[in-house]
Amino acid sequence: MSRALPVFGLIDCNSFYGSCERLFRPDLAKVPIVVLSNNDGCVIARSYDAKPYVKMGEPYFQIKHKLKQHGIVPFSSNYALYGDMSERVMTLIESMVPAVEVYSIDEAFVDLTGINDVDGLGCKIRSQVLRCTGIPVGVGIAHTKTLAKLANHTAKRLQAQTGGVVNICDPVKRDWVLRNTDVAEVWGVGRRMKLHLDGMGIKTAMVLAKADAWTLRKNFSVVIEKTARELAGTSCLELDEPDAPRQEICCSRMFGKRLTEMAPIKEAVATYVMRASEKLRAQNSLCKKIRVSIRTGMFNPDEAKYASGVLIELSYPTDDVRLLTKAAVNAVERVFRPGFKYSKAEVMLVNLCQPGEFTEDLFVTTQSAEATRLMTVLDKINERWGRGTLRSAGVPVNPDWAMRREMMSLSYTSRLDQVWRV
Amino acid sequence: MNYSILGPISEGGSKVPLCLFRVPAGFPSPAADHIEAQISLDEVLNIRAPNGYLVLLAGESMQGAGIYEGDLAIVGRSIEPAHGRIVIALLNNEPVCKRLCLCGREVILKSENPKYPPRYVLEGDELAIWGVITSSVRSHV
Repeated sequence: MSRALPVFGLIDCNSFYGSCERLFRPDLAKVPIVVLSNNDGCVIARSYDAKPYVKMGEPYFQIKHKLKQHGIVPFSSNYALYGDMSERVMTLIESMVPAVEVYSIDEAFVDLTGINDVDGLGCKIRSQVLRCTGIPVGVGIAHTKTLAKLANHTAKRLQAQTGGVVNICDPVKRDWVLRNTDVAEVWGVGRRMKLHLDGMGIKTAMVLAKADAWTLRKNFSVVIEKTARELAGTSCLELDEPDAPRQEICCSRMFGKRLTEMAPIKEAVATYVMRASEKLRAQNSLCKKIRVSIRTGMFNPDEAKYASGVLIELSYPTDDVRLLTKAAVNAVERVFRPGFKYSKAEVMLVNLCQPGEFTEDLFVTTQSAEATRLMTVLDKINERWGRGTLRSAGVPVNPDWAMRREMMSLSYTSRLDQVWRV
Repeated sequence: MNYSILGPISEGGSKVPLCLFRVPAGFPSPAADHIEAQISLDEVLNIRAPNGYLVLLAGESMQGAGIYEGDLAIVGRSIEPAHGRIVIALLNNEPVCKRLCLCGREVILKSENPKYPPRYVLEGDELAIWGVITSSVRSHV
């Protein structure tokens, strides 16, 4: 008995960050906007009407003048808002399809196998998400994930003609899209791979689909071979199940300004430990090792460069923020060298395990039941009253080394005190 | 009318059981088997839904509808903006809270206060409905 071909959908939010900002700023409906990376470094998102003027990744300080000239409004990234809006979008999608793989903050693959009217469902998802969140999405539908991604790209490119939903399960439509798409636009083809493929005369997605899979594997990798097979219509990639607990947890941020003293770096590291340990407890893991690293800026030729890290083995697997902070602050003392201008610190919890998963040595101490209870209470208080209500003593409330986010919009959906005055 | 969008409230431990008994050390409570469910205001007001938003209302133009300065409104974005509903409307991209009236071919945004005249939506106006107010909450302390 032959099984029906799988059908995948890729749903992608259009200019997601910009769309989130506009939902609560209707006055900017027709004003081009850009969103900047942490520390207001460079452009990471643009509304459609800003795209002709600003390139992705352009440093903010270089384009200030250009933004003013074209009336483009810059925003610092407001991840509290984007995260909340993303959750709404994903919840809506989940309620309408059999299975979802949340691929990124603004994209999800869905399983549409066995659904009669996939185009109708695609349109319904689009209108429902738009209505409930104000965020426009594009929907690509095909027999493989790689083709669904391509269909989505086409939906975006030909928004007016397609209404934002493109189904290329039909081979005639699929071939049209393959012929009219540059190979660089294919999911998983990076800039270097594009150069290689160019050299072999593979310029469109169609030529890649018809390329000999074994040659690709031999010359490059199994990844690009799979990409080619997927383009030709054979599904090689499945919908990924919701993720297993992470094997490592990282919290790393640039400081808002260069730091030369040890005390504020310790504060920063304690703050990052606080956050990382929250994530650790949220996934019910314990960690056996913690890695702390600090570094100076790497690009300024006039500044002395230094980077160093330290890995600490804890005496027992733990999620106790007090123990982790003590270890991390101690680590800063070990790696800090005076005379440098530090720009960034990173805290990484590694060797994670689930409670009960590690072999308990009879003679080794484990985390006390009180410590575990205390952490539960800590998380509950912070969940109820907001992150940072209860924190370890080394974590300041308003540090002057905090990230620069001078043009951040309000946390409209997560903070009662951040009110929108119209 | 001023308002501010607030967003979901943390679910927290604020569910109120229909009956609440301490478990006695001696005899089990005769009511233990009759505890049916828990009331959640989140559910009653439907603020956990992905289309639900909280908006802080200000101004006095909707007093006749029982909406006063500082009231918290629950706004549903996917609710049909039918005739007579109180809505957050974007009139020429300016947000306002008014009662929506669809009378024949006319669209009117009505205030609930004689001091504020109705606003007829004219041909050159741009009107979008941001959401429909499903309930409002007022603190009495």
